[in-house]
Parts: sequence; C-alpha cells; structure tokens
Amino acid sequence: MSRVQNVIVGTARSALSWVPAQWLPGGTPDPLIGRHGEIGRQASRIDGEIKVRGEARFAAEVAMDGLCYATLVHSTIARGRIARLDSTAAETAPGVLLVVTHRNMPKVASPSLVSMSDPTAVGNSDLPILQDDRVHYNGQVVAAVVAATQEQADHAATLIAIDYEAAQAETRFGQAKSGARIIPSLLIERNHLSFGKAERELARAPHRVDNLYRTQWQNHNAIELHALTAAWVGDRLTVHDTTQMIAGEAAALAKAFGIPRDQVQVLSPFVGGGFGGKGMWDHQIVAVAAARMVGRPLRLQLSRESVYRIVGGRSATEQRVAIGADADGCFTALLHDGWSVMPPYGACPEAYTLGTRSAYRAKSFEILQRHIDIAVVPNTFMRAPGEAIGTFALESAVDELAHNLAMDPVELRLRNMPDKHPITGAPFSQHAQDQAWRDGAARFGWEQRAAKPGTRREGEWRIGMGCGGGSFPYVRMPGAAVRLTVRRDGTATLACSGQEMGMGTATVVVQQVADRLGLPLSAVTVEIGDSALPAAPMAGGSSQTVSIAAAVLAAAEKLPAELLRLAGNSSPLSGLRAGEVRMEGEGLASASEPARRETFRAILSRANLEEVSVTASGTPPLEMLKFAMHSTAAMFCELRVSDVTGEIRVDRLLGSFDCGTILNPRTAASQFRGGMIMGLGLALTEETLLDERSGRIMNPTLADYHVPVHMDVPQIDVIWTDIPDPRSPLGARGIGEIGITGIAGAVANAVFNATGKRVRDLPITLDKLL
Amino acid sequence: MTIRINGTDYDPPEDARVSLLDLLRDRLQLTGTKVGCNQGACGACTVLIDGRRVLSCLTLAAQADGRKVTTIEGLGADGLHPLQAAFLEHDGLQCGYCTPGQICAAAAMLVEAEAGMPSYVTADLTAPVTLSRDEVRERMSGNLCRCGAHNGIVDAILSVAQERAA
Amino acid sequence: MTPVTYLRADSSAAAIALGAADGHRLLGGGTNLIDLMRKGVEQPAVLVDVSGLAAPITEAADGSLVIGAAARNSDVAAHPLVRARYPMLARAILAGASAQIRNMATVGGNLMQRTRCVYFADAAGSRCNKRVPGSGCDALGGFTRYHAILGASPACIATHPSDMAVALVALDARLHLAGADGVRSVALANFHQLPGDSPEVETMLAPGEMILAVELPPVQPMRSTYRKVRDRASYAFALVSVAAGIVVEDGRIADVRIAVGGVAAKPWRAARAEASLRDGPASVEAFVQAAQAELAQADPLPGNAFKVQLAERTLVAVLTDLAGGDA
Repeated sequence: MSRVQNVIVGTARSALSWVPAQWLPGGTPDPLIGRHGEIGRQASRIDGEIKVRGEARFAAEVAMDGLCYATLVHSTIARGRIARLDSTAAETAPGVLLVVTHRNMPKVASPSLVSMSDPTAVGNSDLPILQDDRVHYNGQVVAAVVAATQEQADHAATLIAIDYEAAQAETRFGQAKSGARIIPSLLIERNHLSFGKAERELARAPHRVDNLYRTQWQNHNAIELHALTAAWVGDRLTVHDTTQMIAGEAAALAKAFGIPRDQVQVLSPFVGGGFGGKGMWDHQIVAVAAARMVGRPLRLQLSRESVYRIVGGRSATEQRVAIGADADGCFTALLHDGWSVMPPYGACPEAYTLGTRSAYRAKSFEILQRHIDIAVVPNTFMRAPGEAIGTFALESAVDELAHNLAMDPVELRLRNMPDKHPITGAPFSQHAQDQAWRDGAARFGWEQRAAKPGTRREGEWRIGMGCGGGSFPYVRMPGAAVRLTVRRDGTATLACSGQEMGMGTATVVVQQVADRLGLPLSAVTVEIGDSALPAAPMAGGSSQTVSIAAAVLAAAEKLPAELLRLAGNSSPLSGLRAGEVRMEGEGLASASEPARRETFRAILSRANLEEVSVTASGTPPLEMLKFAMHSTAAMFCELRVSDVTGEIRVDRLLGSFDCGTILNPRTAASQFRGGMIMGLGLALTEETLLDERSGRIMNPTLADYHVPVHMDVPQIDVIWTDIPDPRSPLGARGIGEIGITGIAGAVANAVFNATGKRVRDLPITLDKLL
Repeated sequence: MTIRINGTDYDPPEDARVSLLDLLRDRLQLTGTKVGCNQGACGACTVLIDGRRVLSCLTLAAQADGRKVTTIEGLGADGLHPLQAAFLEHDGLQCGYCTPGQICAAAAMLVEAEAGMPSYVTADLTAPVTLSRDEVRERMSGNLCRCGAHNGIVDAILSVAQERAA
Repeated sequence: MTPVTYLRADSSAAAIALGAADGHRLLGGGTNLIDLMRKGVEQPAVLVDVSGLAAPITEAADGSLVIGAAARNSDVAAHPLVRARYPMLARAILAGASAQIRNMATVGGNLMQRTRCVYFADAAGSRCNKRVPGSGCDALGGFTRYHAILGASPACIATHPSDMAVALVALDARLHLAGADGVRSVALANFHQLPGDSPEVETMLAPGEMILAVELPPVQPMRSTYRKVRDRASYAFALVSVAAGIVVEDGRIADVRIAVGGVAAKPWRAARAEASLRDGPASVEAFVQAAQAELAQADPLPGNAFKVQLAERTLVAVLTDLAGGDA
C-alpha cells in the first residue's frame, strides 16, 4: 500500500463527509431493515444434512479417472541455494510419474500480492515458485513428486537428496527489530497517526500505564488440509480447491498459466475451515503445473506438516500500549506502536493498531507500526488479523489503568466510549457498544467480581473475572456480482461464486432472497462455490455476507422491470412501472393498490418462459468511507487458576455484541462462539514454535500445536443488541471475526483478577503463573 | 480375508502402507471419513472397528482385515442416526469437516459410557457413569473442531444420551 | 513411508521368531509407530502385527494381576480389578492421549513408544542423537518445555511420554520378556534406560525379545491417584505428572510409592522422596521436604526450569490430598 493510496482514500473520505448520506448509492436504508421475514429467523444450515451424513464432497474428494498424487519437498535451511539436487532415486522409485524441481518447472510468474484494489491479486507471497535454486525461508517448496498413489509419492519425496549452500539469514525477531521499516498504510488506513501531543500528554497525565505486550506466532489450523484436484483438458483447466477466493484464484491461475479466464474453472462448494489461511499459496501453482506436465488429473493434498511449512500464519508481535488519564479516568493520551513481521515478499501487515483508532475517545493519539523482515514463510491474514492481538494489548492496558485508578474496568470503558470516530470525527453509522457493555455485565453477573485481585478462592483454585472490548471494522468488498433467477415453477435461485466455509453464508443468502422476492424459504436455492458463476469477492474481512447482500439488493431492484416487461398488457400489473411495484406474495404487487398483483408463475406462464434472470453488482461501498462502521463487542470471562500448578480453567465466557442486524441467530451464535474459542486458544494454548536459530517451525503437528479441545471450552453465552445499521445492506455488519477480538484481553484480565499476576505475553501458559 | 465396511466386503490393498483412512477415501470413495492431520492428533478420521472408535489414519488397512468397519456412511444408512439429527438440531457444526469424526466418536462414546467405562474426570472409578457435560467434554477431547462448534456438539450428544437413558 | 511388508503373528512364539530378524518390527496399536514411519523416523522393512495376540487380564493365585502385552489401554483402564485395586493405573491410562488412541494402543506398545521430542520427530531438518547416533542434539538450545530435568545427558534430553508407565513403575510392575532363549522377568523401573552416551538405546529389551505381559504385584489397600499437568485440559502430553499412593497409620507413613512423569527418559520412581517419607509423619512439611529431596538432583535447562518447581508443588499437592485428614 502506498502513499498515493493514503492520499486517494483521504481525499475520498474528506469529499464524502460533505455529501448527504441519502445521495450515496444505496444511501437510503435497506427496505428490508425492520421487516419481519426470514431474516432474523433460525433457519437451519441448508448444507447441514449432507455434512452430518458425510456426503458433502470437499476438494480432495472428487473422483477422477487416472488421478495421480503429489507430495511436496521442503527446504531445511532458511536462506541460500540448492548446491546439488539428486532426484534419480525418486524418479526410478515405483509408481513415480514425475519429479518437479526448479530444473524442469515451466516458467510461471507468481500471483501478484493480495491487494484491495485488484481482485485478481491474491498472492500471499511473490517469491518465485520452483523457478530457480534460491531458498528464501526454511520450509520453502524445493521439489514435488507425482506418483500413481499417495504412498508412492510420499516415499519417493524422501529419496530426493539435496545439498544446500546456506547463506546468512536473519531469523530472530529481536535482532531484526533494528532494521524495521515503516510502510505508509495498513490496508486502507494510514499507518502513522499523530493526533495531539500524545507523548507530552502521557508524561503529564496524573494516571498512566505504559507497557510492552508480546503475542505469539499462530497458525490457522483449519481441520481440512489444503488440497486441490486439478485437471487439464487441452488448454482448459478445472481445479477443485479449498479456497476463500474462488474468483480471484481462477483469474490468478489463468494469468499464471497464460490461458483465457473463461478457460479456468475453480470449484469449491465446501471449505473445511479457512480463517484466512485458505488462500493462494505455492501449492496450487505447483499442482496445476505438475498436472499439465504429467498429462493426468492430479491431487495435491498437503500433509499437515506441509501446511505449516508453506502456509503462513499470524505474525508474532511486540506492542507498546500507553494510556494517560485524568483524575476521572478520561483518556488524555493513547499510544500504540510496535513490531510485527512482514517480509518484503509477503502481503499482510498484521494491523494490530487499527482497532485502537476507534475504540476509545482520547485527547491525543500516537499510533505507528513497524515491520521487520525475517526469513520465514510469509505471515498472512488470520481471523481478525490485527484486532485479535491488538485488542489483547489495548484491553490489558485499559484493565491495568482501571486497577491503578481503583475504578471498575467496565465503568472506565464506558467513560471513554466515543460518540464519533475519535480521530477522524466521522459519524458512526450505528454504535451501541455501551449497551453491549451494560447488557453483558448484567447478564454475566459482573457485580460479583472482587475488585481486589487474588481474593476469591475455592480449594487450590483462585477465581477471577475479567473483561475486554472487541472491535472489527465493517468491510464491504466492491464488485460482488450475482445472478438472480426466477422460474415458472415459482422457485428462485441466487448464483454467485461465493464461499461457504461454515459461516452459514449460503443459508443466509437463501433467507434474504426469500425476503427480497416474497417467496417461502423452500422455494429458494443458492448456487455458490464455482468460478463460472458471477464473481463474488473473496471471503475475508467479515465482508462476504454484506458484499453479496448488496448485489442481491441490486438484482432484486432490477428484477421487477424485467417481470413487468414480460407481464404485458393483459396482466393486472399492466401500466405500472418498476418503482410502483413490490415483490411480495410470490409475485409482484402494486405498492399503492395491493389488489393489483400477479405471481411470478402467472407472469412467466403467460410469457411462455421457463425463467427470467438478472445479473447485478452491488453499489460501490462508499458508506465505508463516509461513516465510521465497526462491529463491537464486550467480552466477559470467569476462570480458575491453580495455586499449585498455574493451570487455568475457563469456566464461563460471555460475548455481548453490537453488530447490526443478526441475520440468523443460530448460525450467528455459532460464528460468535467459534471466534471466542479461537480467542481462548490465542490466550492460553496456541503457539507456533519457530526455532529462531534455524527459522524452522518445530511443531508442525496438531499434537504439538495446541488448539483448544472440548475440555478447554466452557459453555459460552452470546447476546447481541440487534440494532440494525442503517447504512449497510440488511442493516448487518460482519460477525465472522469480531468473536476472537477482546477475548485474550478478557482472559488476561481475569487471570490478573484471580491471581494479582499480570501476564503480558501470550499464550498465558502455566509456567508464567508459578 | 476381507474387510467388511458398512456391510460390504472389500479386499485389503496390496500395498501394506495404505492406511484404513486412505483405503476408504482414495480407493473406495468413502469420503465421509475425513483427514485432518494424518498424525493421530485430530480425530477427524475416527471410524468404528468392531464397534470401537479408532483413528483410521494410524490403522493400516491390513490391520482391519477380518474386522468390521463402520464409517459415517454406515452409521446413518437407515435414515439419520439420532446423533446426526441432534448435530443438526443443536448446530453442532460449521464447516462440517470434523463432523463425521465427531459423530462416529460420539456414537462409540455413548456405548462406552453405558458399559461403565470411566474417564479421567470420573470421580468414582467403580460407580456407574453418568454423562455430565464435563464427562462428555473429556471423552470427546480427541476430536478437534476449529470452527468452534464445541457447545453445540456437546449439547447434541447430551440430548441423545438423555434420550437413550430415558 | 518406506515400502513395508505386513505380517500377522498368530502366537507369541511366531512373533518372536518373525520379529527377531533385522529390519523387522513388532506392531501393536500403531499409534506411535505408524506416525513415526510416516515421518521417516522409523523405517522397518517388515511389520509383525502382534495386536491380535491373546491379551488376557488374569489374577494369579498370589493376588497379582497379569496383563497381556496386547491388551488395549482402554480395556486395562476399564477392568474392574484395575479400577478397584489400582486406581492410580486406571487414572494414568485415562489421562493419556484420547479415547480413540487408548482403544488402539496396546500395553506393550505403550511401554515401547518413543519420545515426543520435536527434534527427534523432524527427520528431515533436525539433528538427533537418538535417531542418528552421534549426529548431535538440536533440542539443546531449542524448545525444551517438554524435555527432561532428571537423568538427562549432553547427548539427549528427551522424555518418555507414557502416562501408564508412570503408574506402573510406582506399583512395582514387572515385565515378562520373551525371546529365543526363553522368558525372563524384569522390574519395569529398570526397563527404560537413561540416555548417557547412547540415547538410541531406550530399553533393556534384547534383540529379538518382546514384552509378553505386565505383572502387577498385589498391593495393600492404599489411597492412590494420578495427576497430570499439561498445556491444555485434555489430549496433551504431560509437562509433569505424579503417580502416588500412600498408607498412613497412626499419623505415620507406613507405605508410600511415588513416580513422576514428563521429567526424564524413563518413568521416574521418586526413591529419594519415598525414603524421606517412609515411617515419618504425614505432614505437609514432610511432603515438601521429600519433594525437594527428589528434585535436588534436577538439572534443568533454560526452557524447562519451571518444571522443577512444578514437579515439587504437584508432588506436595498430590501427597497432601492423599493423606487427607491425616496430613
């Protein structure tokens, strides 16, 4: 992201701030807001039954004739070159069809790095893929073996002998800090923000905290492994992949392999968990190239170790948060800066300071992120990149300040709630985090918290309560397109290349189409997961549902004109214009004379047509620039810490959310809980062990990387304000990532409340409490 | 000998390295059984051998020779198994990938508990087992879920356990 | 995984005959061996499956319990006599791994499992004296959270990961080992070897020998338990675990058995702690003193120094708990 972008975004924001909201495209609130329909009901997952039956076919489960299997070989040094590579034994091993190395890999340009401005730029790394003998990080792909069976490929991969000529590599976070660089912008926000004289305000504040917080390397660990099944027929490519960016991947593959976009089809109807990790990495390029070389359909299912080696996770960070407050606890200074990793060949800035900009009112702000370069697999976006760990530092600091002030931590937060964006002054589209705090505190029984740490005890267990605020920005991606089809049999289908990773996207799409068209749920189907369909944006930034919703809205606005044209003169609707009708009761009706109506069936029957389709795209997401739009949350945690062992057991967790309209309480609650559980892992158990001597990840297994198990997960209560956001489609904001924000802070603060010990580095393992 | 999978007999593979998991998924297209780690660390590949829950990734197909294997496809062969229905009812899934393993593990777990097999959290090792929430959590801890459907999974299992006890 | 031949042994005699050859390995539940074969750490040419051998759990005339080596971990934990007489063993088994793995793993295989040191497991990228004797140890100076604080050597700092074995050692279990030359009985406490200069030698099993059975001598009724401390609430290896049993008579400790897991290349019988307690008062002070006496031998590393304190505290807490009102 460039300085130029800062100027463009800044200028657009400034211009839009003068434009009345209703003049913006889609500037009047969505008419579905507040209407009682399928939206807001507990529709069951439309794909639930085939999933519990094991019938949903994932990417590595597509049967093909003549399928062959591939395995990757990874570097064991961090930087240098391959001095010798002997693949003779592998090539002659039973079943082996091909060994791919830099010596025979076709020339393929790596996909461009992920960019908000170019939907085809979906690369997580722009390092060459098997194009030369260079090694840039420990674990990089250096060869691939293709064989008739997976067992044969796996074995042959171990027979490739490689000697490396190692070069000096920086693999230590601490050492690399001195060479940190400062990039101009974080996603679409300016990196360095200086508002008021924060250091000076801090120095003279009567109350202040100023501490360093550290967070660990993490990996997504979706249970489904990265896998694709790729098949070439001539110059046509079909790829069954597990991906969060179907349309982008199709475009990127077309570009990389020099074929027209319409000759690539990427299919991904089900994704077995993504969390930011199921993007474009080296393996898709290697597999597609190898399939072409070997002339057979090919499957590459990464081993769990391979996933760790070539799919980056969340960067470790070191963050400083300082807060100055006056005698009443009002913030006079808020400073947040620090270091995270972003190699020059990576795309993710791990924007842990973004949330801090809008979380609290303060007289002055000083915010800056520095990025360091170490030789590692490029880190990437992982569920609430930035916010998940930024809120740990910020919400710990607020708790520390509350303790110093002898003030209730919820009260301190309420006292500093902003009523507009604290830095830009932009109005909130809707913001009721204060209500979320109050509702949450009441429901959780926050008043039972002992103000003095270390005073509640049951046997060997010390008990504590903590809270933390969460936030995640509203994002709507530009360019989402959908095709809406209404049929003579009274059914409708919404088609787009969207991604279903378990969020409930497909279910919620069906609900809103039913409401938009006035159809029962049972009459609506959805087609997603196919790049041949109109292009939806990637699933990221908690943006997919509103991005698709805006396109559905646009399509639903186009449909009446089409239907009226078809209805003709003998229809009761004859003479009405599109603006004068509504879709309801399975057809069109005059807005002013509801008796004048005709069903879709009748219109299409008379026109002797099987179906009518419209394709439409959502309006540009200008609301993001005009308004401050954030999902927010208040998280509460009660836990026990063993006095003997330092073990922590979380007994209760409550998330209180303000995220606009909740479209489906059942799937939304699951999303919230899921984020919160991943937050427990961040707080307590998870860490990717990067050996800083070698730059090698030492725990590339699910046995040694501890994601929370059932026994770690308490019953989790979730509530929400359900106040619609008047500026967003359906009144909704994102809910996929907000759940993980604020949790680590709430847990750390509860640990402090239980023990009086402040742990500022994650994960909070028992040794830190002995 | 043959491996009987969901009532049908299959020959064991010629390559002794083939795991039961890869036999199911790659050779027999029984892809309801999932692969999450191939390291015995996630439970996604859980199947029943002679009624007991095991990890098919660490079981060589040859070891299943002469035994009866039940996969998710076999569990719900006659309509939805009560656990499958309960997982839907309690939203015990999101992406659905760990789900077949969770359901197979739960099916065997209910039988284990009914047979009085204790767990690490059972207070009295010699008393009959009552499936509390903690008992279910401990007994299901071999099945990882990354989407975070844990609450729904435990609720689903408890509801079926209560039905069976009634 | 290298190509392998699979054979099934239909008797222990056949297993001994088949398993004796070079490159042949006995296969129990496979929960560790198959994983290590996939990682390239183990590369047997022939697997001799002994998991189907008869695995009776029988009570001998003298009241001892003999458990066939092929008995599944879960069957041992569920056995009424084990639950009633050896609760510490039942709990230790139930603390290990997951239900699926306990259903697969055999008693013999559990004792023969290899360390979970991540450098040992990384055949492609790390040096390990246990895997390749003389190659060096990358764990030293690396991540040592799960490594030994007792009995380690400059050659190897790995720990033995079994929970079951910790309880078995505390219970004075003996192993029946069978080879071409017949059957011998050894104390489990002597079975696993400390690394010294040859960490590749892990047990006293001679080439061609196999574990036939585990024998638990009769115990007088005692309060006993197993407590495992780990990085998540279930399904994780022990940082530290304690198996302990105690008999208190008139305020004095008539019998005590303690073993510690997660701290050494073998299940660590806490002989010094036991000696310090035997015939003494059942008091918290005595427990602290005993724990300290045991851990005085500890030689921790920068990454696992906390385990000394953790082991001490866990020992004291477990003993205090067991002594109950008598402490």
